[in-house]
Amino acid sequence: MLEAPVVVAVSLCYLGLLFAVAWWGDRRADQGKSIIANPTIYALSMAVYCTTWTFYGSVGRAVASGIGFLPVYLGPTLVMALGWFVLLKMIRIVKANRITSIADFISSRYGKSHLLGGLVTIIAVVGIIPYIALQLKAVSSTVSLLLSYPEIVMPNHSATMSVAADLSFYIALILAAFTIVFGTRHLDATERHEGMVAAIALESSVKLVSFLAVGVFVTYGLYDGFGDIFEHLQTHPELRKLATAIPSGQGYTGWFSLIVLSAMAFLFLPRQFQVAVVENVNEAHLKRAAWLFPLYLLLINIFVLPIAVGGLLHFSGQGVDADTFVLTLPMSQRHEGLVLLVFIGGLSAAAGMVIVETIALSTMVCNDLVMPLMLRHNRLAHEESQDLSGLLLGIRRGAIVVILLLGYLYFRLAGEAYALVAIGLISFSAVAQFAPAMLGGMYWRGGTRGGALAGLSAGFLVWAYTLLLPSFAKSGWLPADFLTQGLLGFDLLRPQQLFGLSGFDQISHCLFWSFLANIGAYVGVSLLRPPMVAEATQAAVFVDALKDGGQLGPVLWRGRAKVSDLQELVGRFLGPTRAQAAFSAFARRHGSANGVTLEADAQLVQFAEALLAGAIGSASARVMVASVAKEEPLSIDEVMHILDEASQLRTHSRELERKSSELTAATLELQAANERLQELDRVKDDIMSSVTHELRTPLTSIRAFSELLRDDPKMHLADRERFLGLIVSETERLTRLINQTLDLAKIESGRADWNGCELDLKAVIEQSVAATSQIFREKEAQVELDLPDNLPLILADRDRLIQVMLNLLSNAAKFLSPATGRVHVILRTLSDGLEVSVRDNGPGIRPEDHELIFEKFRQVGDTMTAKPSGTGLGLPISRRIVEHFGGKLWVESVPGAGATFRFTLPFADAQPHLEAAVE
Amino acid sequence: MHRRILAGDRLVAAFLVGCVLFNYPLLSVFDRDAEVFEIPLIFAYVFAAWAAVIALTAWAVERRVK
Repeated sequence: MLEAPVVVAVSLCYLGLLFAVAWWGDRRADQGKSIIANPTIYALSMAVYCTTWTFYGSVGRAVASGIGFLPVYLGPTLVMALGWFVLLKMIRIVKANRITSIADFISSRYGKSHLLGGLVTIIAVVGIIPYIALQLKAVSSTVSLLLSYPEIVMPNHSATMSVAADLSFYIALILAAFTIVFGTRHLDATERHEGMVAAIALESSVKLVSFLAVGVFVTYGLYDGFGDIFEHLQTHPELRKLATAIPSGQGYTGWFSLIVLSAMAFLFLPRQFQVAVVENVNEAHLKRAAWLFPLYLLLINIFVLPIAVGGLLHFSGQGVDADTFVLTLPMSQRHEGLVLLVFIGGLSAAAGMVIVETIALSTMVCNDLVMPLMLRHNRLAHEESQDLSGLLLGIRRGAIVVILLLGYLYFRLAGEAYALVAIGLISFSAVAQFAPAMLGGMYWRGGTRGGALAGLSAGFLVWAYTLLLPSFAKSGWLPADFLTQGLLGFDLLRPQQLFGLSGFDQISHCLFWSFLANIGAYVGVSLLRPPMVAEATQAAVFVDALKDGGQLGPVLWRGRAKVSDLQELVGRFLGPTRAQAAFSAFARRHGSANGVTLEADAQLVQFAEALLAGAIGSASARVMVASVAKEEPLSIDEVMHILDEASQLRTHSRELERKSSELTAATLELQAANERLQELDRVKDDIMSSVTHELRTPLTSIRAFSELLRDDPKMHLADRERFLGLIVSETERLTRLINQTLDLAKIESGRADWNGCELDLKAVIEQSVAATSQIFREKEAQVELDLPDNLPLILADRDRLIQVMLNLLSNAAKFLSPATGRVHVILRTLSDGLEVSVRDNGPGIRPEDHELIFEKFRQVGDTMTAKPSGTGLGLPISRRIVEHFGGKLWVESVPGAGATFRFTLPFADAQPHLEAAVE
Repeated sequence: MHRRILAGDRLVAAFLVGCVLFNYPLLSVFDRDAEVFEIPLIFAYVFAAWAAVIALTAWAVERRVK
């Protein structure tokens, strides 16, 4: 099953599948239905960080240095915790300035400098080449292992082998072809490749699944779980060193510098910058990625140590390279399906890295190296108007092929001397040199172009001297004396013990010297002179990126330009149709003025420059725009003035925002107050109308009786007295009604007088019962009291409380049947207050009326059959009084079995807060 | 606004916790010949600390601050 044709066919099918996904992703992106607008896909695309270094190399590294394979994953984990600050800022800057690569980023920050962009590109290309060689080495050695299946024969590349017979050469070519169709099919002003990201997310899943499959196979298939494998560490003393962080003879410095190095590399590797910053669809995706991506790293590393131990035990003394254990372990068990899956996983890891890395590098080479050179020789500015997008694509495709061939060359020259991880670390150290210029540029306004140039050059040279050249020396391409005796025999210049510094591993050694030179030169040269106009402008744009809330910065351009010239210029690089579309979109956004006027304003010029920057880099874009526009240079004072204004404007707008939100709040309050007022008004109207209605009833009867008396002078004395008695009682009712209405209105409006003091409730009840004894005597009713002594005091108004009691007692009396009526007044202690209940044995109240009777002017029961004898205000007033003192008043009743009115009042000492209300 | 600041502070805390847990001297405390649940101590420690930092980060970004 593992014959060569099968392997080749499966590999090509898999690459084809990736391509299909990419094609589909691009198509969906064109239709506006992005498939990568998803935080999980974003996190998976970041996992392009895990290359064959991780897939094959980690096990080899573990065999060499125990758990020392891990720090390069801990660094990115830490960075992701800070991603919400650092990556977010990078994303904002990149989006606002249409930056497409690290070279563009640095060149743009330090005044759109061609020189700086070119230098960064060269460092990136030279630095990444070993990393690409690593992928070629891993793929070619796994392919040749597969071809010798079922034997396990270590591949043997000799330097004398002809290129035509070398498998890895063809692999490099295939990968180049594949990258070209992937990444450079058309030119996009934002340099975004949605389809590629989708394919990368898929390959990340594949490599994780296949690595976990091997891990499970070794741990649970060959052995009996983690415990079983690690038990062998005890029985094989020579394996003990695997279970340590620090291989003997080294300090913790190596571990620490790997964490720092990987953190920097994770931010500044061209491919990581591409997927994490340039391809970011939505900055909110950073949140999920902040933990999902580290989780991915953790998962893919769980089985590394078990596989390393398993491989060492299994192939003990057979000379099998530990870098191939992941593949050779399943091979040795003739587990063909798994072998194929592992091979595809490794291929995924390599292809993903190569595709994204070379696309990112080719963009840099095109925009920051080739374009500026062509501009310098005036190749573009004077050419007849024509579509140059084809030329740009051609340059990028050429760059891809060249980069892969350089990777192949390095592999041939130096690849055999090192393990996979060691090669990768050389590249990591190279891209870490971008850190001072990048981070300094994002957070420090003082960095200048000169400082960045000096820092990058110094760091790069030290790196080349302490890491790159030794790698050639170790492979025999430079004399070995160079390593042992130093350059030209100067002992102090030994590249791996520079100036006699010893005790470090080579990575820490390089990191220390290169960072010392890099940061020292960057800061030192920057401090020599103040920033120039262009540098100060860009410093403000970059450092304040998060303050604008992602909007475009201030307009820093003055001059004259024609709209048609600008559009034609953009059209030459992006194609006329795309340019037309972009310009009309801009016109729509900013009002149509720009579409018709001939003269472009500064905003349009900046827009055109940003468009071009996406295609040819910011430095070249500036030159191209300058060629069609007459710019009047701004002085540093003017720039500072504009920036100052912009920041003032920001402050003002923030102030304005604050004011407007305050205003909104005030408006809402006003609305609420108004509604309350309307509600009160409505209540007042209600009361007025019911009061008028209630007043009319007694008035009508008074008037009727009076008229009877007037019209009939011969009326009997007995009748006359009866009528007069009725008139008097109706008048009394009228007076009571008016008093109570006024009382209620006072309570409701909060203007009532309350004289609160500590009261003995028992005394109040006794006084009220005494006052009503006459009514009960008339009805021949019995009043029974159950009032315990020495109860705690309550806080209330004595007269008001008597008013409540009188109301409840007279209500009870009203409904008692003559002669058999009984009323119970009971006082009880509750946990936090006292409860008074007044129980009668009258007709009771229907449940649906229990709440109704507490409404104003509502009288229930015999209203239809008899004339109402109350005002309908007694109970509402009583309830308000009780509630005012923190209690409750309610009724419990079963029709036919009497009614019980209860109210509660809290203890005096339990409600200090009420004293204020009482006063 | 407060919500954002708090989440940000939590992320910085996660970063600092990670820096301490992943490095000397804490690392050296666990770098000795011992096992927990039959797993070498250093291996168990690094993975546990790693998982803890990831969990802390997840908590900081995903949890809504009340």
